[in-house]
Amino acid sequence: MMRRDLTLNRRRIVVGALGATAAAALATVFAGPASATPESAKQLLQTLAKGDPKEGRVSVKAPEIAENGNAVPVTVSVESPMTEKDHVKAVHIVADGNPNPGVASFFFTPASGKAEVQLRVRMAQTQKLIAVAEMSDGTLWSAAREVKVTIGGCGG
Amino acid sequence: MADDIKPRIRVPQNPKKGEVIEIKTLITHPMESGQRKDAQGNTIPRRIVNAISVTYNGKPVFSGKLEPAISANPYLSFFVKVEENGTLAFEWKDDDGSVYKAEQKITLAG
Repeated sequence: MMRRDLTLNRRRIVVGALGATAAAALATVFAGPASATPESAKQLLQTLAKGDPKEGRVSVKAPEIAENGNAVPVTVSVESPMTEKDHVKAVHIVADGNPNPGVASFFFTPASGKAEVQLRVRMAQTQKLIAVAEMSDGTLWSAAREVKVTIGGCGG
Repeated sequence: MADDIKPRIRVPQNPKKGEVIEIKTLITHPMESGQRKDAQGNTIPRRIVNAISVTYNGKPVFSGKLEPAISANPYLSFFVKVEENGTLAFEWKDDDGSVYKAEQKITLAG
């Protein structure tokens, strides 16, 4: 009888300790560095590609719900003939809910043949991904996509 | 730190002239974001692959700048239009100054 109580207690203690660690981990996540905001993401985009992007031509494919924020598969493609005269020069990708808004910039040439890139992104929480394409004629195009994240990918 | 950094590349075999082919790349790398803390609560310093550049027969075809928001073992796929036999040369740059290189020959069909 005595022994049984002891084991129960021990189990309770272990569970309690685990709970505390989890709580501490959560606390560090939330007390962590200030996260990016839609404004800071926009500001960063202005430094990467100055101007006012129009909506269209760009498509951002990502899962609607990402269970694991450590590696969210994302495909960004831009409609363009990719000729010497008319091609995509760059694609900038930002996220508005990570500790830092920057994700990546990719640079294409007519020899790319197709302006499409696939990557895997860390996402700390549910947030919006924004892609801006810079064309050879200087115009900017953009698209955004929200991804719901169940488990964040910037572990504390 | 386990330093087992190895690039992997996959390209289609014997494409036709003028074909736009998909190139898949992956490099094993921790992509330490600089946000994580170790057991003692010290911040683990940032160490990521911050750039990739790809040339075909010396001509640039694709390049990228990467931020800590890119997952560990960064995977990238992109496209290249092949007009002639040649060599794709890949170069990844690490925060610590290392450069990892890889090459892949492409032979056109026929």
